[in-house]
Amino acid sequence: MDLSALDIARWQFAITTVYHFLFVPITIGLSAIVAGYQTAWVRTGNEQWLRLTKFFGKLFLINFAIGVVTGIVQEFQFGMNWSDYSRFVGDIFGAPLAVEGLLAFFLESTFLGLWIFGWDRLPKKAHLATIWLAHIGTVFSAYFILAANSFMQHPVGYEYNPETGRAELTDFFAVLTNKVQLVTFPHVLLSAYMTAAGFVVGVSVWQMIKGARRHEASERSLYKAGAKTAAWVLLIASAGVIWSGDAQAKVMTEVQPMKMAAAEALYDTEPSAPFSLFTIGSLDGSEEKFAVTVPNLLSFLATGTFDGTVQGINELSEQYTTEFGSDPSSVTYASDYTPIEAVTYWSFRLMMGLGFAGIIAAIATLVALRGDRNLADTKRPALWLLAAWVLPLGPLFANSFGWIFTEVGRQPWAVFGLMTVENAVSPTVSAFEVLTSLIVFTLLYGVLAVVEIKLMLSYIKKGADDFAEPVVRDDDNDPDRPLAFAY
Amino acid sequence: MELTTVWFSLITILWIGYFALEGFDFGVAMLLPVLGRTERERRVLINTIGPVWDGNEVWVLVAGGATFAAFPEWYATLFSGFYLPLLLILCGLIVRGLGFEYRHKRDDARWRRNWDLALIIGSFVPALLWGVAFANILRGVPIEELNGHLEYTGGFFNLLNPYALLGGLMTLTLFLTHGAMYIALKTDGDVRYRARALSVRLGVGAAVIAVAFLLWTQVMTGSVASAVAFVVAALCLVGGIVAALQGREGWAFVGTFVTIAAGVAGLFLALFPNVMPSSIDAAYNLTTTNASATAYTLTVMTVVAAIFTPIVLAYQAWSYWVFRKRISTLHIPEETLAGSAA
Ligand code: HDD
Ligand code: HEM
Ligand code: HEM
Repeated sequence: MDLSALDIARWQFAITTVYHFLFVPITIGLSAIVAGYQTAWVRTGNEQWLRLTKFFGKLFLINFAIGVVTGIVQEFQFGMNWSDYSRFVGDIFGAPLAVEGLLAFFLESTFLGLWIFGWDRLPKKAHLATIWLAHIGTVFSAYFILAANSFMQHPVGYEYNPETGRAELTDFFAVLTNKVQLVTFPHVLLSAYMTAAGFVVGVSVWQMIKGARRHEASERSLYKAGAKTAAWVLLIASAGVIWSGDAQAKVMTEVQPMKMAAAEALYDTEPSAPFSLFTIGSLDGSEEKFAVTVPNLLSFLATGTFDGTVQGINELSEQYTTEFGSDPSSVTYASDYTPIEAVTYWSFRLMMGLGFAGIIAAIATLVALRGDRNLADTKRPALWLLAAWVLPLGPLFANSFGWIFTEVGRQPWAVFGLMTVENAVSPTVSAFEVLTSLIVFTLLYGVLAVVEIKLMLSYIKKGADDFAEPVVRDDDNDPDRPLAFAY
Repeated sequence: MELTTVWFSLITILWIGYFALEGFDFGVAMLLPVLGRTERERRVLINTIGPVWDGNEVWVLVAGGATFAAFPEWYATLFSGFYLPLLLILCGLIVRGLGFEYRHKRDDARWRRNWDLALIIGSFVPALLWGVAFANILRGVPIEELNGHLEYTGGFFNLLNPYALLGGLMTLTLFLTHGAMYIALKTDGDVRYRARALSVRLGVGAAVIAVAFLLWTQVMTGSVASAVAFVVAALCLVGGIVAALQGREGWAFVGTFVTIAAGVAGLFLALFPNVMPSSIDAAYNLTTTNASATAYTLTVMTVVAAIFTPIVLAYQAWSYWVFRKRISTLHIPEETLAGSAA
């Protein structure tokens, strides 16, 4: 197999970004849930909320650490592997990235430091504010990075300058309020809440069934409170995810019709297009042997009416070739303007399917926990243990597939209509160098995954600690009293 | 002042912030095996930087992002050109970041030893390589025009030359000194006094190397302004060492802090108005003008920076204030080895 620097750079970007995004949604969502528990404790004084805060706070930090260190790679990767891309759009793309650092990363990292070590240094309410500020930091972070990504899906607020040969910013506000961004941000944010909520419900369900102390009354009510609150978060967030996903589909059909066609593997333009839940046939859907389809659904998803016309791949491909592909030396040239249909078709379905699996499990949990019911004595422990895995992993992998769909569906473009990926890669970086970094990152990330999963599982198994009221220290009184929290 | 000059200055400030802050947490982590004789002492050392290292690291992320936004050509040429050293730096930052969070998460001596190693190596590699990288930028590297862009064409081994290695040794020894001064300031008990004594010896070594490197730089590309900054840096380092000898730890730390700040400022002053000179032909130099973003982008960024930088500085300063107390082995809780508190 002869891999070019381009192919390797693409693999590297895909691997490192998908990996980063396994930790990001949990960081965003769990910081909010933990902050919610801590708020409940400060307000009610009920110790169970503090125990949940500390328990999920610990799991949050294990996850957060990897989110941070894999993020550093992302920040530098554009310059390392995609230098021509960076030159071409740096004027526009660099700004949200820099603003993200200034507004979001400083906020998250400083206030999380204060939260972790501040239990005995700050008054209760000030300490509570630190976790909320850290959460706000994660939301800012998502906003700005998604604005950057939305520009790649649908460039706005710029002008092409033939003299410098690059795209230049003309309206920063337009970049921040890109119509793609306005539907993407809620979808991503809410799916992060779904993912973290699924994690909390899953862990709580597991503790109710397998936890060493599951028959103690305090533990029963503790995990039940955890599971119930988070299951509600999951349900409410998922309603928003479905709403915003539907809105995204409409915007996407408008600005990137090829992606919608590829999502359904719709080759020929059709009015009243059906939507297939799944297909058995050739992997890219060009030939079907058996399919479960819902009539008119694709038209509805794409246009909002049941008989709207959805453009097919063949027509769009022809159109793009005439529009962008006449000059092989231009940065918009590609030999083929269709994304890999097998990937777009299946990743779109997996996103929805895995997400729905999480929703169904959350509803089942709420039903099973109604009134004074508890899962400690359930008659179907195996089924519930399965649910404990589906709850976090369904939404988590739905996120990965959603991104894979979004990014692969944009191919061959790096910036839609402006620059293809082929022209974005660093021209002077050798295949050897990229391969070295691909191997190094893959091995390192692989080892880290094993370490993190083991650590996570061992802390989940250990369960919540007993109640211990944090005391704010009075320095003059007791200078040598041990710290409430120390590394 | 022109906007491009403003942004060159702001990026200088971001690197100053990065090296003056992360410099001491690199130093503290590298000194773990030297100053942390027992597990308790090692935990004292790590806890002095526990709440702040992540905030310190963000300075480099913002420096990277700001370079991307303000000087896209610089960002693109630099990071694709210095590919392998940057890869090593990233790996270092990854393993050390996890070291802080994960080391105490299991009560197991081998686990902790491995994470200690990650902390030490993960701090050593960037502390050395940042110096190597900056020295190469100052010295000039092979940059030529390819397809209308100024590209680095030098390969990896071009980056290893005596001047650059001396630059690496300088950042390494300065950060070690800075770390020792910080430990002396932030701890109490035996560790404090050993750190103070060590900081003097490290400081003398760092001073010799720094003077050699800065003189070399000054002769090679210096200006009057850079000379002034280098003299300030050298005087502050001497002042810091003297203060440490007299047991005035606060002043000693201020001394190395200003040394690093003035040193970095001097290096950027020596570089200006280039951002990455070419060793092949001055016509291929990347400068603040030919590498910059448009005036519009720079204006937008200036507004954002003017509003938010003071806020960031204020809350970072507040977090240092909250954790101002010295830590000693008495403060390390007995039972928390397995991280039972969150
Ligand atoms: C818990 C996760 C999750 C769930 C249950 C869903 N999604 Fe989603 N989806 C994402 C997580 C996600 C994501 C990972 O967050 C993506 C990737 C990029 C983005 O904007 O959000 C995404 C992208 C994405 C896109 C591509 C946008 C683009 O490329 O422009 C569309 C059209 C949808 N989603 C639509 C839906 C619909 C109609 C859903 C259910 C009815 C749905 N999503 C459920
Ligand atoms: C929001 C910030 C993001 C930006 C700015 C961004 C940008 C990019 C860039 C520059 C590439 C390389 C060019 C290419 O191969 O197409 C790419 C590809 C890719 N990205 Fe993203 N991305 C972002 C988020 C994500 C996330 C969160 C994921 C997954 C979880 C993801 C998954 C991928 C994949 C799978 C590819 C490879 C596509 C291919 O080459 O076929 N991206 N993206
Ligand atoms: C949708 C895509 C993404 C979102 C929502 C997102 C959000 C986040 C979050 C929540 C964190 C962890 C918190 C923290 O570090 O303080 C994080 C870390 C980080 N992310 Fe991402 N990220 C995404 C993709 C990317 C991409 C493509 C880049 C590259 C430009 C990037 C750069 C970073 C950096 C540099 C960090 C580390 C920050 C630190 O040390 O505090 N992220 N990101």
